[in-house]
Amino acid sequence: MPALILKKPKAVAGASLVGLMLVLALLAPWIAPYDPLALDPVVSNQAPSAQFWLGTDFFGRDVLSRMIWGARPSLLIGFASVAVGCLIGSAIGLMAGYFRGWVDAVLMRPVDVLLSFPIVVLALALVAALGPSLFNLIITISLLFVPRFARVVRAEAMALRELDYIEAARVAGQTPGVIIVKHVLPNALAQIIVTCTVFMANAILVEAGLSFLGVGVTPPEPSWGNMLAEGRNNILGAPWLTTFPGVMLTLTLIGFNLLGDALRDILDPRLRGLHS
Amino acid sequence: MGILIRFLSQALPTLLGAVTILFLLLRMIPGDPAQAMLGADATAADLARLRQDLGLDQPLWVQYGVFLHNFVVGDWGNSIVTKTSALERVIEALPSTLMLCAAAIVIIIGISLPAGVISAVKRDSWIDYGVSLAVFLLMSMPQFWLGLLLLLVLSYWLDWFPIFGAGEAGDLLSQLHHLVLPALTLAAGFLGLVTRLTRSSMLEVLGRDYVRTARAKGLREPVVIVKHALRNALLSVVTVIGLTMGQLLGGAVIVEVVFARPGVGTMIWDAILQRDYPQVQAAVAVFAALFIFTNFLTDLLYGLLNPRIRV
Repeated sequence: MPALILKKPKAVAGASLVGLMLVLALLAPWIAPYDPLALDPVVSNQAPSAQFWLGTDFFGRDVLSRMIWGARPSLLIGFASVAVGCLIGSAIGLMAGYFRGWVDAVLMRPVDVLLSFPIVVLALALVAALGPSLFNLIITISLLFVPRFARVVRAEAMALRELDYIEAARVAGQTPGVIIVKHVLPNALAQIIVTCTVFMANAILVEAGLSFLGVGVTPPEPSWGNMLAEGRNNILGAPWLTTFPGVMLTLTLIGFNLLGDALRDILDPRLRGLHS
Repeated sequence: MGILIRFLSQALPTLLGAVTILFLLLRMIPGDPAQAMLGADATAADLARLRQDLGLDQPLWVQYGVFLHNFVVGDWGNSIVTKTSALERVIEALPSTLMLCAAAIVIIIGISLPAGVISAVKRDSWIDYGVSLAVFLLMSMPQFWLGLLLLLVLSYWLDWFPIFGAGEAGDLLSQLHHLVLPALTLAAGFLGLVTRLTRSSMLEVLGRDYVRTARAKGLREPVVIVKHALRNALLSVVTVIGLTMGQLLGGAVIVEVVFARPGVGTMIWDAILQRDYPQVQAAVAVFAALFIFTNFLTDLLYGLLNPRIRV
């Protein structure tokens, strides 16, 4: 273990942070000291103390408990939307990149159109139309990442299709479906995994941003984004409300970014040479 | 002429697609869009009038034709809240948002270029590591949180900067004063990308033969770095800055809301919370158009700067 930390400090630090957040999210009901929704006007806006380690909010809810529970929507929405975005986007990218020609043109046009909106703006417009709910948030954020996955995977598939062993499979008479699934996909997998990790950070950031703007996770259900939005109303009187959820969010993003960097170094031998 | 053809074949179809998505968005609203916009206490007559205004009583393909026609002639409907032209409201709010983005670009260039060059020249020194760390932290910090922290420390506690708004109309000094924190916050998210890229393209260029030749000629090091290396490294940096400009528009939404600064971003936000869909549509359409246009210009500029890829 110590050897691993010395050799891959980024990977260990990133995995620890992500692991910590996962543990918090999974064990929230058991480790949160209070009910995250329990109102208690008597202890409204209390500064951090021995009783409430990270203080309380306007409604007297325990900030630490809300922060622990807040890990759930962030990670759930992040994982689900990256998974959906990755599945659909990779399928589009593999086909467009392998077949080229009219398949490429037909598949990539909508992708380019979806990429022609600033990410936050498209997310806002979609959520505004669909209405905020956990399911709609996942749909919206997946839709943001489908075109981004498609672009990355298409580039990978385009490079792979020119390689000799793919050519050999083609000459041997294998069907395109078999070639894509058995030969192209496995070799594009490293790139896909790295992209997933980096996009996890982005997806969590988008969820937090939407919740901050009031169109994401709906209060009183806690999420780091809507906690920041609530804290903003009393930023001077209760600065702990804006500090702690932001720290959690940033640590999570640092975790996924570090993990992404580390995985790229490990999984992509072509890039390894560039850094050392 | 070539530019016109490229515009017609690339930017225009994308814009058409974006407009189509906006058309579909309004039709995706579950239930009756008119009811959703006017609320539960709307009268039947009001609902019928709005449905007619939006053309919702027509078949879908007729709606689409009318929508496209109105879009081209600039008739983008009225805001449901103010009853005035949605497009005009966006155009009124646009200068404030563009000013914010321009200020952010200035900050990005002013900080990222020197930081990237220095960390490339002093590779593997403590400055390089410091810059890398700062870049990594900035890239992982959500803009809205950074904005709130700056607001708390610099505006509330130290009272150096105003808390909200865009400053007195006509008073440039007050406007600039109000611009500092939002522009810094908006720039922060992109500093990392541009710094990293400047560093890596400088590193690449510094290893080239012409840089060695310049040094061998006995030119002073600052001249070599700025005139010979930086000038060539700028190519990819300019491209990324161009692509960043489009992304800044998206970031501006959140930053404007954090600093309660008037602009197209706060307008989209307000319109969404008030379910003023024609206003959302108009503002998003303008953002998409600007985004497509800046990306197109970036493409052109890249071609001009790098004759090798011109086809």
